[in-house]
Amino acid sequence: MSKQNNTSGRTVIHMEKRNSISRKKAWTIRLTAVLLSLIVCAIVIVAITKQNPLQVYAGIIQGAVGSKRRIWVTVRETVILLVIAVGLVPAFRMRFWNIGAEGQILMGGAASAALMIYLGNKLPLPVALILIIAVSAVAGMLWGIIPAFFKAYFNTNETLFTLMMNYVATQIINFLICIWENPKGSNTVGVINSKTKGGWFPKVFGSEYGLSVLIVLVVTVLITMYMNYSKHGYELAVVGESTETARYAGINVKNVIIRTMCLSGAVCGLAGALIVSGASHTISTSTAGGRGFTAIIVAWMSKFNPAAMLVVSLFLVFMQQGSIQIATQFGLNENASDIITGILLFFLIGCEFFVNYKLSVYKEKEA
Amino acid sequence: MSETNVIELKNVTKRFGDVVANDNVNLTLRKGEILSILGENGSGKTTLMNMLSGIYFPDEGTIRVNGKEVLIQSPRDAFELGIGMIHQHFKLINILTAAENIILGLNGSVRLNMKEVEKEIGELTSKYGFDLNPSQKIYSMSVSQKQTVEIVKVLYRGAEILILDEPTAVLTPQETDKLFDVLRSMRDNGKSIIIITHKLNEVLEISDRVSVLRKGKYIGTVDTCDATQESLTEMMVGEKVSLDIDRSKPENVERRIEVRGLNVRNNEGYHVLRDISFTANAGEILGIAGISGNGQKELLEAIGGLQNIESGEILYYTKHDGNVIEKLHEMEAGDIFDLGIRLSFVPEDRLGMGLVGSMDITDNMMIRSYKKSSGIFTDRKGPHQLASDVVEKLEVVTPSLETPVRRLSGGNVQKVLVGREIASAPRVLMVAYPVRGLDINSSYAIYNLLNEQKRAGACVMCVGEDLDVLLSLCDRILVLAGGRVSGIVNARESTKEELGLLMTGGKENA
Repeated sequence: MSKQNNTSGRTVIHMEKRNSISRKKAWTIRLTAVLLSLIVCAIVIVAITKQNPLQVYAGIIQGAVGSKRRIWVTVRETVILLVIAVGLVPAFRMRFWNIGAEGQILMGGAASAALMIYLGNKLPLPVALILIIAVSAVAGMLWGIIPAFFKAYFNTNETLFTLMMNYVATQIINFLICIWENPKGSNTVGVINSKTKGGWFPKVFGSEYGLSVLIVLVVTVLITMYMNYSKHGYELAVVGESTETARYAGINVKNVIIRTMCLSGAVCGLAGALIVSGASHTISTSTAGGRGFTAIIVAWMSKFNPAAMLVVSLFLVFMQQGSIQIATQFGLNENASDIITGILLFFLIGCEFFVNYKLSVYKEKEA
Repeated sequence: MSETNVIELKNVTKRFGDVVANDNVNLTLRKGEILSILGENGSGKTTLMNMLSGIYFPDEGTIRVNGKEVLIQSPRDAFELGIGMIHQHFKLINILTAAENIILGLNGSVRLNMKEVEKEIGELTSKYGFDLNPSQKIYSMSVSQKQTVEIVKVLYRGAEILILDEPTAVLTPQETDKLFDVLRSMRDNGKSIIIITHKLNEVLEISDRVSVLRKGKYIGTVDTCDATQESLTEMMVGEKVSLDIDRSKPENVERRIEVRGLNVRNNEGYHVLRDISFTANAGEILGIAGISGNGQKELLEAIGGLQNIESGEILYYTKHDGNVIEKLHEMEAGDIFDLGIRLSFVPEDRLGMGLVGSMDITDNMMIRSYKKSSGIFTDRKGPHQLASDVVEKLEVVTPSLETPVRRLSGGNVQKVLVGREIASAPRVLMVAYPVRGLDINSSYAIYNLLNEQKRAGACVMCVGEDLDVLLSLCDRILVLAGGRVSGIVNARESTKEELGLLMTGGKENA
């Protein structure tokens, strides 16, 4: 019992869950996190480059929005990240941990590339485009159905399953590169139809990326309506909360799981078309480029709110594009941009702890 | 009896967000007494005790143990102060023996001498009169035996102060008597005991003093010998309450549900319902009694189309809808609904099955009826109207209709669920523990609603745990023991003792 005697007079910090927090306070915390992350980034940058951090930040802004072309690239990358996050929302609402967006994007991209190569120059552009969008969505859908089917009927773990499907997709892309490589021996596909632009997204709103923006906006609005107002959206939210409640409500849980993953996979597959047909006009194993994982962060940090997802996507892409610029400007390699993104995410995700919990300090009085 | 205070709580306050769970509570526990803490559900009894056992930490106020101010930060701190709590839900490992569970987590010498441990446990059990075999595995034990293990566990760790949270909730009347004998013998050996409860007769039977909490506030402490059921109820509720249920004679009784030779296995393949046969009538309340986990849940779920049935039949009869006989055993919940059979079900697990915790009241109202509207979009107008009706009629306390039901107190959650299920004017109404978590006034409001449904010609089936209530609410009572029907009795003539005997399997079935 001597321990009690030693412990009097100590100070203890207690972690308590907040029951509610005002919107203003929550955003103050998040904004503080952003500022802190920028300061830490600045320290890291200075330590590496010995440059004035303000200059470096100016470089970031330059890189993201320094010219009309750069603005459009930032917009393009933002909407692509956004549409993937939007695609993940139905799955996550259902508590189906779909971390296979990466694979679903690759499959969608592969479908687009195939159509561009085999039919891109033979069909009129509108027909080719509709075909590309539809088929890539179906390809992503297939990649989503497989884990959903096994989850629904055999209760397999979807996290592991969707992750593994990513590796399968990567290997399929490797195989396709062998078939499609151009020029021979380069081990890359190269720009498809670079002369004819067969199957390329045409210019809309004065930019080749205008069509992507339009498609993403439409998809975002449709998915948001689906989630909030449709019976399907209601059902999948119930299934996510509790399968027992869903059965009680007379919902066919298996159907809902498969149907929802169809949708989720289809949107991710569509994102593949936006990347291949709408932007890079080629395919490689890095076509998805980790966006399938970054989008998970976008979706969760925004609590599935579409407007918030847009803001978070823009912020992440802005910093990424900016750090590519400073990497070249100050002679750093491309990992520098990963470091900066990592620091940002660390603070942004970490600050949610302070949004949900508060720390209280207690002092024990002497007995 | 010596008058030293082993525990003194002074001005203890605990808040959860805007909710004040304990508001300036003062409490003392004397050495060698049994103190009851009495209060309705949600009055802050368990929160208060959780602060003593290191699970919660008070926002304000001081705790003194044996006259010394202490900070209890964790259950380990509580143990070191000699405080042991026995929770409502047991924390035991099924595949280990009683003795192994008891020493789990303790520091001992490198070599474990199980014989020695079992001998020590044997000394403890014979000292206080426990009935326990230290080498029996937990999974083969009854609920009351598991509770014994929990009590011996804290005693083995040297607890001088024992806190029991609703210890009799899961026991039969006979097991309760046995527990009380043990508690008395522990008190006579100098242990100090706190028992949390809301059952008045038990308070009067076991405790030396009673402290009453109401809505988080400390109301007062009285010596049990000066208290009566009425005086305690008044302290607890704050006003005089009549404890009568208005039971009418059954009218227009006709067969509504017939179960024949029903067998159900759960997901683990365990045979949870064995050869169940009975009839439930319209215009009558059929009570279902039994120790919890003896097949009540599965029986209601089987009728509601939520269980895989191995064999047997469940038939639904109604003259109302044109002499129909439907085979419910071939249907799932959705099919029953699609056929237009108004079968309402208030399941035991409200937030896990009956409601969706993260959704608001409106969205929860449409969970069983959202399919009725046409088109692909949901109609929220009707459910919104229903939600505001239920909130008004059942006096649900909620900030708004848009508040997630998870944020509501247990009693209000229950009202939302019962309100929705009654709203469809059911032909069959199944309720499991309909008043669990409700205060006395709301409980009687629910009993009246059930009686109303019975008079309206519904077939009401009610799983309950308070035998006194079942005896004064129901017309007939079916008792389940080990997944079998051990008896069906007339509620107007039966007694608690008879039900208790049937709940443990009955002599004739042994």
